Amino acid sequence: MIREPLIFELSAKGKRAYAMPALDVPEAKGALDGLAVRDGIEGFPEASEVEIVRHFTRLSQQNYCVDEGFYPLGSCTMKYNPKINEKIAALPGFAGVHPYAPADTVQGCLEVLKRTEDYLCEITGFEAFTLQPSAGAQGELTGIMLIRAALAKRGNPRKVVLIPDSAHGTNPSSAHLSGYAVQEIKSNPDGGIDLEELARCMNEDVAALMVTNPNTLGVFESNIRRAAEIVHAKGGFLYMDGANMNALTGIARPGDMGADVLHVNLHKTFSTPHGGGGPGSGPVGVVKEMVPFLPTPYVVRTANGYGLDDDRPDSIGRVRGFYGNFLVVVKALTYILALGPEGVREIAEIAVLNANYIRKSLEGIYNLPYDAPSLHEVVFDDKIQKDAYGVTNLDIAKRLIDYGFHPPTMSFPLIVHGALMIEPTETESKRDLDGFIETMKTIAEEAKADAGLLKAAPHHSFVRRLDETAAARNPVLKWEKPKSE
Amino acid sequence: MYPQNFYFTKDHEWVAVDGDTATIGISDFAQKQLGDVVFVEQPEIGKVLAVHQTIGSIESVKAVSEVFAPVSGEVTAINAELGTAPEAVNQDPHGKGWIIRLKMANQADLGALMKAADYEKYLEGLTH
Repeated sequence: MIREPLIFELSAKGKRAYAMPALDVPEAKGALDGLAVRDGIEGFPEASEVEIVRHFTRLSQQNYCVDEGFYPLGSCTMKYNPKINEKIAALPGFAGVHPYAPADTVQGCLEVLKRTEDYLCEITGFEAFTLQPSAGAQGELTGIMLIRAALAKRGNPRKVVLIPDSAHGTNPSSAHLSGYAVQEIKSNPDGGIDLEELARCMNEDVAALMVTNPNTLGVFESNIRRAAEIVHAKGGFLYMDGANMNALTGIARPGDMGADVLHVNLHKTFSTPHGGGGPGSGPVGVVKEMVPFLPTPYVVRTANGYGLDDDRPDSIGRVRGFYGNFLVVVKALTYILALGPEGVREIAEIAVLNANYIRKSLEGIYNLPYDAPSLHEVVFDDKIQKDAYGVTNLDIAKRLIDYGFHPPTMSFPLIVHGALMIEPTETESKRDLDGFIETMKTIAEEAKADAGLLKAAPHHSFVRRLDETAAARNPVLKWEKPKSE
Repeated sequence: MYPQNFYFTKDHEWVAVDGDTATIGISDFAQKQLGDVVFVEQPEIGKVLAVHQTIGSIESVKAVSEVFAPVSGEVTAINAELGTAPEAVNQDPHGKGWIIRLKMANQADLGALMKAADYEKYLEGLTH
């Protein structure tokens, strides 16, 4: 396979992808000086149109995407994104609208925002949502800022946020950025919240407990209501990370579990593209006490339709320009409306069924470090293959590429060494799941027969195994012109 | 395999004591769990650390982990070579892979730590 050159390497001086007609009016010399004319950029690539088109088309063909095949990247919910979403979001009334347009000229867009908020409230059990945050991590940050604002209003913002050791790494970051110290809580032997440990750590310095439910092992936190009671009894808030909402839609509501704040990822649960194809969207839902603190402008119903409310003195203010990633919201609303209530429930039902089908089919062939019942994803590890043949989760993941699958999430959650976290989503048919399961069985056989084959994988991809350690230790972040030229 | 004169924590740091100077690193078990180390974040010289306060973090190809101070004291030296050669933590965790030196504030902090034999027993408990 010939390596695709960088665009810089394709460059030749003076090449252009366009040709302007000769100037037929006097040149306005100096008219833009100091305003819009930037200095030249040394080494800026110059190429013809066909070279540019072919270069990026070739690169795109080397990529792997959810439109191409199974993408079981656990915790990321890489479901198929129906094309109707794109069609609706491309309507000129949505795609062409100006963010500064007066509210009375964009009533349809405001209705989209309000109805999406209504549906999210219905699905999750909260009083209100902000749709501003750009993605999950910003949603979390917004959520913790809302908790801080609500506690400050009560008189004391407090100092500590409790986070289980199985959490997404963004949880401690969000707490830290909001000025809180992070205290880690060890999981119980089933991988869930240890209530005794929680009760021991919970005091009047603790602002919140951040919990992902189902947690990153794909296990439902059946103690969630007890945990909420423990936190509420000391005046703290329960933050729920809704990254795994795909296991709950239409079945159970975080608001009913005692959560006070929740972020959901429209780009996971509600089928808007992500992973390079984004942008994302991370709406945050809150209980009644926290509604006054939501970011502004907040969409409200008025006598004549919809309006934008900026006059909310307790608001934490804007967390993003304009109204968030509006077209992502349009896609999510399309998805919700296309599915309807029955369909929204089926998301969770089929997602959980698919994960458990994979679990049952591979149990015993791959080790299950935690055997509590799985919801929408299942976490295996490499213990069986590693102990017997020295084959690691990395080798298994790389070999999957040879068979045309995107690898599962690896080495996460951190409490599982050698983790392989598989989330099939509801998208996959039984036939596709069977194809993946057979391949995982084949790879387990290969580990036994020829470990070296896996150690050297992938063999059939555009690039072979990369030295990730060398890349991280000595990153080359900038192209430099070879000295010989 | 663990040096007899070292002290160890449950979080897998080690301490070697010479007078009131404590040299701190992570154990062979820890480096194996982390995998290839690609970056070591170190504190500034002169920083005063309490027991269990974060010294810095170690980034491997798999994860970022915090390193905690096993004893209290003032940072007197950092292992600058880790800046260009973080692999020393993998290759020689109990020697060239040391991370910082502290001037110990309280010798009694050592009382809460494990000696090598106890640490080895502790590791056996973790792997079963």
